[in-house]
Amino acid sequence: MPSNPTPLAEASAEPAEPRHIHAALTRTSTGNEDLRELESGLDSLQSDAARKNRIDWSRILLPIAALVILVLIWQFYVSLGLKRRDQVPGPMDVLGQMGVLWSEGKVQESVWTSLQRGLVGFIISVAIATPVGLLLAQVAPLRRAFGPLISGLQVLPSVAWVPAAIIWFGLTDATVYFVVFMGAIPSIINGLISGVDQIPPQYRRVGTVLGASRLEMALQIILPAALPGYLGGLKQGWAFSWRSLMAAEIIAVGGTIGFGLGSLLDQGRQLSDMAVVMSAILLILAVGILIELLVFGPIEKRLLRSRGLLAGSTR
Amino acid sequence: MPVVLEHLGKRFGDGAPVLDDVNATIGQGEFVALLGASGCGKSTLLNIIAGLEPPSSGALEVPSDGAAFMFQDAALFPWLTARENIELALKLRGVGKADRKTKAQELLELVHLGAAGDKRPHELSGGMRQRVSLARSLAQDRQLLLMDEPFAALDAITRDLLHDELERIWKETGRTIVFVTHNVREAVRLGQRVLLLSSRPGRVVQEWAVTEEHRTDAGLAGQLTGVITARLREEIRRHAK
Repeated sequence: MPSNPTPLAEASAEPAEPRHIHAALTRTSTGNEDLRELESGLDSLQSDAARKNRIDWSRILLPIAALVILVLIWQFYVSLGLKRRDQVPGPMDVLGQMGVLWSEGKVQESVWTSLQRGLVGFIISVAIATPVGLLLAQVAPLRRAFGPLISGLQVLPSVAWVPAAIIWFGLTDATVYFVVFMGAIPSIINGLISGVDQIPPQYRRVGTVLGASRLEMALQIILPAALPGYLGGLKQGWAFSWRSLMAAEIIAVGGTIGFGLGSLLDQGRQLSDMAVVMSAILLILAVGILIELLVFGPIEKRLLRSRGLLAGSTR
Repeated sequence: MPVVLEHLGKRFGDGAPVLDDVNATIGQGEFVALLGASGCGKSTLLNIIAGLEPPSSGALEVPSDGAAFMFQDAALFPWLTARENIELALKLRGVGKADRKTKAQELLELVHLGAAGDKRPHELSGGMRQRVSLARSLAQDRQLLLMDEPFAALDAITRDLLHDELERIWKETGRTIVFVTHNVREAVRLGQRVLLLSSRPGRVVQEWAVTEEHRTDAGLAGQLTGVITARLREEIRRHAK
């Protein structure tokens, strides 16, 4: 039988070591190595095991199912024949019209024109609204002075600026961009301010204790801490700039203003071609959904997950 | 003497004084436990020492470079990993980029979290978060370390371990520590001196030295804990109506 020294036998082999009384009141006799081991044991007991990410098919299949059901309801309603076909075209009519518009190159042109304008307008809005928002959120007198005005501007429909813009800038791209700015900038500023308002006060205290200057506080602590609210503001800012853009394109047609989705919609209205109108509406909707799915959705999810805010949400 | 408090008083607005005539001196490398019931202005006193609030009256002497501060909740930034949280403290202190990395790793090793540096705060347990927080306050590299009930929200097992850990780090780094707590056993376990603060207004009413004998003899430590607890209860009873 091989001799296999058990821990018990080892312990009895060296009985000279006097035993310390372990109590919470006195120092425990644990050495540094022992402490390290204890702590690492406790750490692994108290932390969650990492979970693997798998593709969640319900995320893809459920929206598709919802879409199919809606189209079926639409088709069913049209097949009842309650309204004239040229007033309420069916899904296939609209699809066919979309194919015609595509072959004419109008879909590509209008989506590209609008999307490009929307993105450029949005990016410039972000570049203007972010420093202004930070400044307003951090400097109390400025906030008190301009806060109500910014909130008011957010409520004011940016379409209201279209007539003014046409008078000032004529039928040019400047008109469109101006309306987009008036829609997006206040909403991004407001999002950033409310994001800053929701920062736990403790973060600022930590920043002060760590010796952050005013600028460091704003850039290293306030801005990242406010990021979830800021992102919400960006999302809304994008929505506002996209809406404002459509409104501007519908109203201001001609001149040097290119052919966007709003122009397509207006053209359909003038020709009383409901299939074109529906195509334009669906394209506008599709762009909105795609931007959310491809841009904001993933960014938001990553942001929330990295901060541990996603657990238990229905996203 | 790194910290000298003379006739320190604090009141907010026209209210009753929170602190009144607080006198204390804390020596270089000393570990002082500041003990008191809830609402005795312990945290206010710590904030004054840290320079976060001005005193209403009296004078105080603190190190010119200020103090490091550790809060009751870890207050780690959730958008940064454990390592980045420590690196931010180093960055705000003005440590160069190249040094930050090695220094942060050293500090993580010091609190036995060398392998957890890339985890986010929400992936860490409460005890681990407090250790990262401790490492961050050490990253400030101030001689004086103020701790505001840092282990109050932890479970008993974790707290006991962190007591050992803090004591080890105190010995390794030679910091001067002011440790605020409402737990008598914790005060006796950690402090070389225990200062008892009365409530409303807060004032240092008595102090006890915790000797090496108290450290090794559980009976003696138990006795001291009993004495301090009795005195603390007497202070609390004064407020009965």
